Parts: sequence; C-alpha cells; structure tokens
Amino acid sequence: MKILVCISSVPDTTAKINFTPDGKSLDKSGVQFVINPHDEYCLTRAVQLQETQGAVVTVITVGDVSVEPVMRKALAIGANDAIRVNADSKDGLFVATQIAKAAKDGGYDIILAGRESIDFNGAEVPGFVAGMLDYPFINGCVGLKVEENSVEAIRETDSGKETITATLPVIIGGQNGLVEDSELKIPNMRGIMSARTKPLNVVEPEQSTSKISVSGYQKPTERGSVKMIDKDNPGELVRLLHEEAKVI
Amino acid sequence: MTRTTQANWSDSYTKKQKLFNHQKYNRMAIIVYAESHEGKYKKAAFEAISYAKIIADQSGESVTAIAINPTDSSEILYKYGASKVLKINSELLKNFSPGAYAKVIAELNDGDTIVLPATADASSFAPILALKSGFSLVTNLISAPKNLSPFTAERKSFSGKGIQTVQVNEGGKVLTILQNAYGTKENPVDGNEETVSISLNDSDVKEKVIKVEQLSTDKIDLKDAEIVVSGGRGMKDPENWGTIEELSDLLGAATACSKPVADMGWRPHSEHVGQTGKAISPNLYIAIGISGAIQHLAGVNSSKTIVVINSDAEAPFFKSADYGIVGDAFEVLPKLIEEVKKFKGV
Repeated sequence: MKILVCISSVPDTTAKINFTPDGKSLDKSGVQFVINPHDEYCLTRAVQLQETQGAVVTVITVGDVSVEPVMRKALAIGANDAIRVNADSKDGLFVATQIAKAAKDGGYDIILAGRESIDFNGAEVPGFVAGMLDYPFINGCVGLKVEENSVEAIRETDSGKETITATLPVIIGGQNGLVEDSELKIPNMRGIMSARTKPLNVVEPEQSTSKISVSGYQKPTERGSVKMIDKDNPGELVRLLHEEAKVI
Repeated sequence: MTRTTQANWSDSYTKKQKLFNHQKYNRMAIIVYAESHEGKYKKAAFEAISYAKIIADQSGESVTAIAINPTDSSEILYKYGASKVLKINSELLKNFSPGAYAKVIAELNDGDTIVLPATADASSFAPILALKSGFSLVTNLISAPKNLSPFTAERKSFSGKGIQTVQVNEGGKVLTILQNAYGTKENPVDGNEETVSISLNDSDVKEKVIKVEQLSTDKIDLKDAEIVVSGGRGMKDPENWGTIEELSDLLGAATACSKPVADMGWRPHSEHVGQTGKAISPNLYIAIGISGAIQHLAGVNSSKTIVVINSDAEAPFFKSADYGIVGDAFEVLPKLIEEVKKFKGV
C-alpha cells in the first residue's frame, strides 16, 4: 500500500499575521512555519497505517527550499521519503497539478491531503486532484480504515456524519478528528536523526495556467473596545444585545 | 465563455430583432446550486442566490437555481431572486458524491458564472466542477464583488486573520460564498421551475454511503446558525452543559465548544469551533469559560457581535469582545437565563 500525504507549510497557529507594507504578501518576519494542522492529522493517520498495515508513506510539498525544515519534520514523524516540487505554491490549481502528476507517476493507492490549509483557506487542492485523476473523493474525513482494495471513511457533513466506502485509488481530504490530538506524534531523537538521511527528492514543476491573481491582502477591521457589564446585572446585557447590537 | 453568435446575422436585422436574438441566445444565466438537506433548502442556498442576484443585476443576466432532490417548493428560491429552478430528481444523487454532483451541474451550466454555498458538500465538489467547466475557482468569498470586469472580490484567508482580494482575469468562474458572511437578501422575482433529466450512470457515483448519522433534528446547523452559545474549559465538567443548552434553546442558537473541550471528549468534535475546527460567523457569539486563545479567535472573530463571560478578568478574549461579563459562569448563567426568559416572555 502506497500513501501520498500532501503537506503544506503554514504559519504556526499562534502566529500573529501581518502583511508587507505594499499589501501584496505575508510578512514572514518572526513567523514560524509548521505542517498545516489538517495535513498533520493526515500524516499521523498515514504513519499509523505504516505501523499497522505496512503502508509506505511519501510526503509531497510544493515550495522552494525554505519548506524543507517542515518536510524534515514530516520525515521525523515517520514518513518514508519526500518529494519537493521546486516552485512557489502560487495557487490551488497549480499545487494540485503537481500532486496529481506525482500521484499518477508514483502509482499511489491513497492520496491524503488536509481539507484546507490554514493560510489561504482555499479548500481546493484535494478536490482538484480528485477531478484531475478522476478518483473517488471523500472530503472532511474524521475516520479512515483501509482494506485490501478499498477504504471505509467517515466524513463529517454539515448535519452529521456519513460512513462511506470507495475502491482504491482514492483521494481523502482529512481534518481534525482523523486522529485524536493525543495521537499526534512528536518526533523523538531517533526520528529526527533518521529523517536527515531519508530521501528528499526535488523535482521541477509541471506547467499550469492560472487565470486568477491576488491583488492584495488586508487585516480585518478591529473591533471597538469592549463594554463591560456588571455580573449581577445580566439584564443589561440582554437589553444591549436587543437595543444596541440588535442581534436578539 | 460567450455563445457563438448566429452566423446569419446581417445588417438587415432590425434593432428589435437583434434585441430578441440577444435575449434568446445571449442572455446567459448565473447558475446557483441550491443546496438542500433532506429535501429542505438550506439558508446557505438563499445566501448563494442572493449573491448571484447582485452579480446578475449588474450584468443584465438572470439567476437559475439547480436543486437536487428537493421537496420544498421553489417559491422560496424565487423570493431571493432565482427566476428559474431546474429540479433534478435522481436516486443516484440521493447520497452526496462530489464527482456526480459536479457532473450534473456542469452539464446544466450554460453561462460563465456558477455560485455555490461554501458548505461541506459544495466546497467538496467545487474544484471538480471548475475543472469540468474549464473555469477558475474562487472560494470562501466574504462580501459582494468589488468589480465585475474583471471579477474582483474579497475572500477569507489566514483563518480569518486576513482578507485576500482576488481577481479573475479571464474566462468563467466557480465561486463559493462563505456562510453567514454576505448573508441573505430578499429580491422577489417571477419564477418558473422545470424538472430536468440528466445523464448519469452508476459508474459516475464513485463513493458509496453505507451509513448516515444525523445530529438530532432539533439541533441547528452550526455554520448556518445566527446565534451560537459556546462553552470552554471554564465549564469545568461535561455535566454542566445543561445551562449552555438551556440558554441556546431559549435563543434559538446552536451550541459549540473550544478545542480542549472537544479533545477531552466533553463534547463532540463536530462542535469544535476555531482554527482547526469549524469557522463560523454568526450574528451573535456567546463564549462562556473560554479564555480566547488565538487559535480559537481565528474561528470566531468574524462573528458580528461577541459576548464573553469569564471569571478571569485578564482573559485575552475580552480584548476581542463587544460585551463582557467578569464572573463565575455558574453564577452568571442562571441569572442570564432568567433575564432572557423575561425578555422572550417565557
């Protein structure tokens, strides 16, 4: 069983987000980059399948050399090898084009990708890959079991959960819940040492034409100052919510 | 995408005839996927139609809604501005399948704009639909377009810590509209409906749903909810959730929780709001016993009004709130519930 896990390198969840003065891009100064949390749930599930069912796990990231520390961390967590597509991850379509190519060339049975990245919030990549390869696609997964030639996955919907089966090869969009937070692996020294020598192959990108462009970024407007209400007078809160905020 | 102009158009055509042809052949429709749950249209569908209607009014187009296995009357879709409703009744589409849903909508589209709600289902098939149509995809839009030519609009980024402005430079587009962001706008039109047949085979449905678990039917869909009451570690024990539920029932709200609460198994993961959970933007978010970690704020900071109730006056959440009460949840909540009962007259 061959699993391809798609990893995005994103600002740490605690990072304060600022943009460059021209508003064109993220101000990376002082920002630490981590494995996108939804991707980390996917990676952890893949490594569990490696341990219990002998899966071989490859991680893939589209990015320049600056993403390699995050990829080494994925290797330290337990991935067998890694592919870096040497290009700026300019948009979801471009990233998916690279992943679809690698998935096809490498003959992977399961492609696992986080439902969305916490930086661009595109939620596009797993669906694009599914569309490009015409594979079954189960998104928003909070459970995944793998049989001989099929998967059984649990998908979170807006109104509950569905248990779904599909034959391999398959694309899984994973999220928080695919494994519990307590199951996330913190790399140990042995993992970190072995990650240094695991193969990290750099490949050049496929071309893809995008018709969209980013004009810029801004921060959301700040909230006004908080109005404090005495704890013995919650009636005042009800009044303000009704008369001032007009939300009840 | 522009329709091929009629080859036999000539100068002898009168203005009136041209106009007729224009309306007959060139007046394109903006397609909206009107998502339903168990046959009933979701609020997110009305939001998507409302969004499509603002584009349509500026571009001189009309709005056509596509509905899959609806049982609700189409009247409600006309109310938000859909002048045509194409209904698909198909056993094959009874359960959600991203590829199959994308296929039928791509087949029925004849314009250059497709608007979808950013629901779990529509967000899943949006990329496949974009590929099948040869369109660009722009997801999680938060406000009305700034410009139609080229199409320019703002979308969520950095989990709500940033706003990205995106431009579609050429060609058609698939748009997804973040729930509770643009909102609904009534815009009644005369509409008509048509049941359409589609070409779909078993092999188009690649995923097989073997079990469906619904949240209890009286629960309000968290992402659609206008009011959300949320509890954190400060609630101390899952046994104490009764008051959160009572307050939320009184307000017609959905219940949510912080990440630690879901991780400890006090509440289901489906209720977790925050950066790695659900991102929500209700009109009113009431956070009880939640300190306001930056990851939590990322999922809720686009709520219109935020109320924070916390025993710790130093809780960072107060800095991001509109109204705050410093006090023990176990003292404040019962009193607040009494006041809400008085207000509601129950």
